[in-house]
Amino acid sequence: MKELIFIFIIGVGIILCIIRMIIGPTAADRAIAMDTATTVAVALLVLLAFVFDRYVYLDVALVYSIISFVGLIAIARYLEKGI
Amino acid sequence: MELFGTIITGIGAAFLFIGSLGIFRMPDVYNRVQAGTKCTTLGGFLTIIGVGIMQPEWFWKTLIIALFVLISNPVSSHALGRAARKKGISLCDKSVVDKTEEFNGQKD
Repeated sequence: MKELIFIFIIGVGIILCIIRMIIGPTAADRAIAMDTATTVAVALLVLLAFVFDRYVYLDVALVYSIISFVGLIAIARYLEKGI
Repeated sequence: MELFGTIITGIGAAFLFIGSLGIFRMPDVYNRVQAGTKCTTLGGFLTIIGVGIMQPEWFWKTLIIALFVLISNPVSSHALGRAARKKGISLCDKSVVDKTEEFNGQKD
């Protein structure tokens, strides 16, 4: 029951990040909102692994964090110098 | 042990929510970088470690994920903030000082 409250709180946080991603004035705002949203989503995946009692979701969280890190570095390089 | 893990996970979830609220409310790109990075690094670390404490068989795997978040999140946020500064996005109106003006001659 308590984990469901935590999942609700974190889900509201992801929705706030998505709103900033939609209304953000520049591209850097959107990239930063996506950075925060991916970190929050990794924590949400680990919590979901605990709630559903599936060990595999931890692998999903690890791979998701690695791929989001590489993608955000690529976005930062594109914003700085272009392709 | 269960109660301890639940308390740590709750503190982490509160930090994650505060970080997302900072992303939504702050006036400027650089303020958003700071709010998002600090709160989500601590919040994500505490949430993932708290799950590992609640379920002790998963502790080492959650420790690996938490350490990766702890390393990679500041690096990517720093890269994004540096890219925004080099692209020339201006600061908000309430900013007091901008020390990066001194380094404009020695860029790259």
